[in-house]
Amino acid sequence: MLRYLLSRLLTFLPTFFGVTIISFSFIRLLPGDPIIVMAGERGVSAERYEELVQQFGFDQPLWRQYIDYLGGVIQGDLGQSFVTKKPVWDEFFALFPATLELSVCAMIFAVALGLPAGVIAAVNRGKLFDRTLMSTALVGYSMPIFWWALLLIIVFSGMLGLTPVSGRISLLYYFDNTTGFMLIDSLRSGQSGAFTSAVHHLVLPTIVLGTIPLAVIARQTRSAMLEVLSEDYIRTARAKGLAPFRVNGVHALRNALIPVVTVIGLSVGTLLAGAILTETIFSWPGIGKWMVDSIFRRDYPVVQGGLLLIAVMVMIVNLTVDLLYGFINPKIRKR
Amino acid sequence: MPLLDIRNLSVDFATASGQFRAVDGVDVSVDTGEILAIVGESGSGKSVSMLAMMGLLPWTATVTADVMSFNGQDLRGLSPRQRRDIVGKDMAMIFQEPMSSLNPCFTAGFQIKEALRLHLGLDKKERHDRAVELFEMVGIPAPEDRLKAFPHQLSGGMNQRVMIAMAIACNPKLLIADEPTTALDVTIQAQILDLLTGLQKDTGMALILITHDMGVVAETAERVQVQYAGQKVEEQPVADLFETPHHPYTAALLAALPERATSRHLPTIPGVVPGQFDRPKGCLFSPRCKYADDRCREQPPAPAGTELGVARCHYPLSAKAEAEA
Amino acid sequence: MAETTMTAAATAAARPGRLKEFWFYFRENRGAVIGLWFFAAFILVAIFAPLIAPHDPTQQFRDALLKPPFWEEGGSLTYPLGTDAVGRDMLSRLVHGSRYSFYVGIIVVTFAASGGIVIGLIAGFAPKWIDTIIMRVMDIVLAFPSLLLALVLVAILGPSLTNAMIAIAITYQPHYVRLTRASVLSERSKDYVTAARVVGASKSRLMFTTVLPNCLSPIIVQAALSFSTAILDAAALGFLGMGAQPPTPEWGTMLAEAREFILRAWWVVTWPGLAILITVLAINLMGDGLRDALDPKLKRS
Repeated sequence: MLRYLLSRLLTFLPTFFGVTIISFSFIRLLPGDPIIVMAGERGVSAERYEELVQQFGFDQPLWRQYIDYLGGVIQGDLGQSFVTKKPVWDEFFALFPATLELSVCAMIFAVALGLPAGVIAAVNRGKLFDRTLMSTALVGYSMPIFWWALLLIIVFSGMLGLTPVSGRISLLYYFDNTTGFMLIDSLRSGQSGAFTSAVHHLVLPTIVLGTIPLAVIARQTRSAMLEVLSEDYIRTARAKGLAPFRVNGVHALRNALIPVVTVIGLSVGTLLAGAILTETIFSWPGIGKWMVDSIFRRDYPVVQGGLLLIAVMVMIVNLTVDLLYGFINPKIRKR
Repeated sequence: MPLLDIRNLSVDFATASGQFRAVDGVDVSVDTGEILAIVGESGSGKSVSMLAMMGLLPWTATVTADVMSFNGQDLRGLSPRQRRDIVGKDMAMIFQEPMSSLNPCFTAGFQIKEALRLHLGLDKKERHDRAVELFEMVGIPAPEDRLKAFPHQLSGGMNQRVMIAMAIACNPKLLIADEPTTALDVTIQAQILDLLTGLQKDTGMALILITHDMGVVAETAERVQVQYAGQKVEEQPVADLFETPHHPYTAALLAALPERATSRHLPTIPGVVPGQFDRPKGCLFSPRCKYADDRCREQPPAPAGTELGVARCHYPLSAKAEAEA
Repeated sequence: MAETTMTAAATAAARPGRLKEFWFYFRENRGAVIGLWFFAAFILVAIFAPLIAPHDPTQQFRDALLKPPFWEEGGSLTYPLGTDAVGRDMLSRLVHGSRYSFYVGIIVVTFAASGGIVIGLIAGFAPKWIDTIIMRVMDIVLAFPSLLLALVLVAILGPSLTNAMIAIAITYQPHYVRLTRASVLSERSKDYVTAARVVGASKSRLMFTTVLPNCLSPIIVQAALSFSTAILDAAALGFLGMGAQPPTPEWGTMLAEAREFILRAWWVVTWPGLAILITVLAINLMGDGLRDALDPKLKRS
């Protein structure tokens, strides 16, 4: 297990350096003078220009610039926003809980529905439920989620008036963001109705963001279950007189989970891509919207920092999934 | 009344190309304390008839029988729930491939204790003690450690011992062993067979041994029934069967035993068991039978009397000399 | 020379059989056949868009703003699916939009696949250290969510449909590289490759003529699937304002323009999205069928 962990970590490092190179190159690849490009119509004074050249180190040779950048990154210095002048790192951490809250809810939604759906479909292979579910899953998998979001808004907000259209909580409530997670903060604030409001705001974005992972998980669970159900040990489990629920839900599912966990891990990247669209549509103040806004504001230091942080996040998740994979697959664990 | 009594059992599978009859009018009966061997080539429906009785076939299978009773209980009308109370408790089964028959994600201990909790309702401590006791019974050294082991950490023979321990966990009245030694090394085979017969003697349960190996039959069983292409073709006590086989197929199987070879070349049975599409019109064995004539090829034979081993043959063999010819 | 004729004759004899077998498996999957029909219709619409569309897609009918579809009150058959906020005919825009989606699919798949296959072949045949470098680089690209990377690339290149296609093609490339390399590695150890090497086939011949044709099945399936995701991603970029620019009747861009009217005129939002969904769904259905038909081994998974 330890050796497995070490070998995973060894591939982590070169990828990390590669990712820093890409985020480093981003600003330097912009056509023309990056500072002029960033300033755009806002314009830039001569002093400010000089200051920025110093800040980015454009007067230094390229290798020197990279070393300085890398040194900064390792010390947690990702530069400052061009627009707000705040450190990128601080902005990221102020917004990250919102994205995390939404992503976790979407993932719970996808797993909670996708796993049982896939299991039931596999057990009832070829029957009506299976066929309906698999067709639905394919539709979900093919869904342009930005349109799906608009449709849900039309129905639930427009026609039924059930859910709000944007934001994380109604403006009526105000309290300090101690954890940054609206569900927790609203409960802690003790204001009546705050938690309900937070939940209402969360429903549609969760469904939108969870739709594609849900479809993927349901499909993958079904096919993994089908493979496992024809194994000899399933017959053994039934020969013990175990109830179908235990045979399918414990003996089969435990084995089917091994490939499914991989797929769940892989959907984290998809989830972050989806967060960009979902957060933009629902004005959800998270990392995805922050990135899009920064791109439009040409706040490139923010884009550069966000790019790096998001890639590192994806890498950490993938690493965790690898370790988890070793944990749920006894054949790897005890090797 | 025998412990297990099955009469005229048939199993049909719905396949893409129509119905396929895997078991055709088979009778099986076995008494407490008896060892019955069911012998036949692959595809002769040996395992399928037992799986059908235990309700372990997929939904594509249709099972019909005139009588199917176990321990005085009619198995045919049982709800799945009632059947599950019997299966794994009073009747248990072990399978051919010990490596793939145990769940790779759970420890041996988990898998054996699961049955103990389900059928006997033992508490945690009792389950553990019983599991250790069972592992000792089946000759697994260091049972405490082995309980914590995953199947892939144990050898094939050790896994088969775990399977046997699991099967006898609830003191079954009937144990069905489906080719229990086929996938094992020759040296382990004898150990496992000794273990099975020893357990059978100690506990007094009935044992049905499914095999294609006449050698295994000679060493262990008391009564033998021979199956061919889904039909029972002969049934006799072991000694009599080896002495005077009545069905030409049995005779041919015996002649193929290396110990009985009379010439330099081992005699073989030409051809294979008929499948879904090449089922003969008359006697199912006729295409491969050296005695077959037109009557055999046209009319399916009826079983003969008990004195002729209920052989399904128009011309049952009777003399010892004839059988060896 | 003799060798070439022989190979030609052999392929000629094998072709119909293989195609027929493929069609036999493909046809078994009803969904795939439906998907194929939809896809064929989509291509026809894209090709004959100017003939099918009743109006010019950018012409603004000032007297017919936000007209509903013909079956709703106030709609008319002149604008069968209604008009948008500046009076452009929805149907005409949708029909023309199919062209852009089709371009996106074709170009992204062509560039991503051809680049990815070549790099993958090199990685599969090159010495270990080159292979390691290539695969590390691909890992790095894969660490970025594809839509984010595409967004950033477009930010560098400037927003337009062409740049969006380039960006998407770059983000898809690693998938082809991994796929090709994996199948090359599994094929390379087989006897027929050794035989070709012993006979003295050159490295490039070994790569492109001997091994590549046997690795194509999973690549074709991947191509079908990335055709649909390319359409989705291009539409997403258009929706975010980083793809095709107005007044181009690209489906994602149309949705972005329609956003502010969602609660007033459902049709301006519904049709473009439905068009994307149906196209993507048809291609995915077809892709599933392709996978089952090309690779019976995968069929059960």
